[in-house]
Amino acid sequence: MEKEIIRGAEALMRSLKNEQVDTIFGYPGGSIMPVFDALYDHKEDFKQILVRHEQGAVHAAQGYARSSGKTGVCIVTSGPGATNTLTGIADAMLDSTPIVVIAGQVMSSVLGTDFFQEVDLVGVTQPISKWSYQIRSVEDIPWAISRAFYIARTGRPGPVVLDFTKNAQTAQAAYEPAIVDFVRSYVPYHKPDEKAIAEAAELINRSIRPLVLVGQGVELGNAHEELKAFIEKGNLPTGRTLLGLSALPSDHPLNMGMLGMHGNLGPNVNTNNCDVLIAIGMRFSDRVTGILSTYAKQARVIHFDIDPSEIDKNVHADIPVIGDCKETLPLVTALLENCDRKEWLDTFTEYDAIEEEKVIRPSITPEEGPIRMGEVARKVSEATGNSAILVTDVGQNQMMSCRYFKFTKPHSLLTSGGLGTMGYGLPAAIGATFGAPDRTVCMFCGDGGFQMNIQELGTIMEQKRPVKIIILNNNYLGNVRQWQEMFFDRRYSWTPMVNPDYMKIAEAYGIPARHVEKREELDEAIKEMLDTEGAFILHVAVMEEENILPMAAPGSSVDELILEI
Amino acid sequence: MEKELFTLIVYSENIAGLLNQVTAEFTRRQMNIETLNVSSSSIKDVHRYTITLWSDEETIKKVVKRLEKKIDVVKADYYTDNEIFMQEVALYKISTTKMLANRQVSKIIRHSGARVLEMNSSYVLVEKTGKTEDITALYKEFVVEQCLLQYVKSGRVAITRDYNEDLSEQLFDEDAKRKGIKR
Repeated sequence: MEKEIIRGAEALMRSLKNEQVDTIFGYPGGSIMPVFDALYDHKEDFKQILVRHEQGAVHAAQGYARSSGKTGVCIVTSGPGATNTLTGIADAMLDSTPIVVIAGQVMSSVLGTDFFQEVDLVGVTQPISKWSYQIRSVEDIPWAISRAFYIARTGRPGPVVLDFTKNAQTAQAAYEPAIVDFVRSYVPYHKPDEKAIAEAAELINRSIRPLVLVGQGVELGNAHEELKAFIEKGNLPTGRTLLGLSALPSDHPLNMGMLGMHGNLGPNVNTNNCDVLIAIGMRFSDRVTGILSTYAKQARVIHFDIDPSEIDKNVHADIPVIGDCKETLPLVTALLENCDRKEWLDTFTEYDAIEEEKVIRPSITPEEGPIRMGEVARKVSEATGNSAILVTDVGQNQMMSCRYFKFTKPHSLLTSGGLGTMGYGLPAAIGATFGAPDRTVCMFCGDGGFQMNIQELGTIMEQKRPVKIIILNNNYLGNVRQWQEMFFDRRYSWTPMVNPDYMKIAEAYGIPARHVEKREELDEAIKEMLDTEGAFILHVAVMEEENILPMAAPGSSVDELILEI
Repeated sequence: MEKELFTLIVYSENIAGLLNQVTAEFTRRQMNIETLNVSSSSIKDVHRYTITLWSDEETIKKVVKRLEKKIDVVKADYYTDNEIFMQEVALYKISTTKMLANRQVSKIIRHSGARVLEMNSSYVLVEKTGKTEDITALYKEFVVEQCLLQYVKSGRVAITRDYNEDLSEQLFDEDAKRKGIKR
């Protein structure tokens, strides 16, 4: 049979279909026009979402990926279209999010001539992507697309960039589908090392005060059940990193809370009291560890990770267990002995009581004064039956909502952890409404970050996306203000902010909205937000100079948490 | 930690832009590459980078892991001098007039184990292959005699004490099988 001759842009469509792509976020432009022309004939095959800025497209693709477990896709033009995606690519790299960014590029024949909208995208994205490749010929397309998706989703996931020259989009060739499921220079999964498994189990069995640290690796590996079985069998108290928060239900009896700079007292302080530290799919970020010279020095460390380069990067692992934790955890669990550990577990309860008294109660059930961020977060969470997807922006809104939201289901938190990208929240929430259409999506942001991608309200309007937007407005760039209060003598340089009338902005986009500043109205307003079909903006005037506590000050130890200022 | 000279041997696929990716790992840590050589290896389509730099073992270990993590890098390893065979080559262009006027110059050439590649009325081209120390020692001698017109030294090339290029046979067999090639 003769093979069909088609254009490169059409070959891209078929290759994307082969990868089961169903949603594409994008923005057209000169060098990618043939692809958008081909998309016109594939309206049935893909949901095609026109964003308002390419940064919105890439964060939406991230939100789609994180909420669905699939690979997010965005298509943009060359030059500024491509460079506008860089923040999202870097974000996806640090947070291991599988996305494929396809950008137009000028014709191969004029590469290197400073052609209109020419940028060396491969050169620019190599350090911030898992793989970056330029497609220069039409014959290359099926292979490159399949390889891109294979690399993005396997092993430790990450962003892949395809720089798609215009001549390859328009040239014609016989189409032959390609499936890449092997790359000889790339080993995404390592076979579990039996010796390490046995040693890990033995060390845990001998341990009196073990502490488990759970990261996003458990979410990415869909190892939620395997994790539960592991900690339940060994009675192992567990702390979760920011990105690992929904890896374990918040109310699980062995969940001891959040780790890190603004985490809970128990797991942080006990990091320096445990005898065995068991890290699972987490990378010992500085936000988790504080200064390394005093971090868990008394403990033996077992490190489960899919990425060998994480072993010994920040914290030395006595026993590295390299592999997919969905595979390695059950092997260790099988060798675990039941153990009571009541005395050790009780120490967490003692810290909880201190934190409850000094920090949590004043945050979520204040009796007077302006509304607090934490109480909004807890009330919204409870009003959704603790089953919503929480999307956050970056800053105080992020830490407060992550601290006080509760999680009952996996894949329930979308937040920019590694890069700390303000402006991530709104577009990521749009992506989540496509990635998990059956779930309620609540997006918390501050007045600062909301304005960093505020243009995506246009996408929400046009696509009728049911994003519940909660603006915690304190008229400050609050996190920086907190640091200025604590470490810069309250010199509030560049942090007070004059805000627009958000109710009018909501009205302009036709999005129902409500302004709240009295505590008595909060429950009713949250109910109205959740009962309203589609998008809603809940604009809450919160206490202006509230601080996120506890806090491990920069340069301090993990067990030195400030509880009050 | 004390710094010592390490030799990295990196194998990669033959894809444009890889050199950039390899050197970027050093750039982001502000590590200076001492010498760099890129060539083919004994395996078809696999390139071999020989890089030397001053560092401490803890850092070099981390960098090597990050290099190996790159999709198109097949393998990366680091060695100290006693674990490898290594050579460098240098070319020295000497002024013929100066050489004829100063007998010490021709004596140096004769005793250095260097080869004369070309000689004419204006210059003598000398080539020396060997260890870094020997090559730079010869350079210094020429400098003292003030006869040097041009000087260039290659990066280090190094071969391990392993029997062959120790790449994962399994992966290459699998690749060949998939491509229908007999290895």
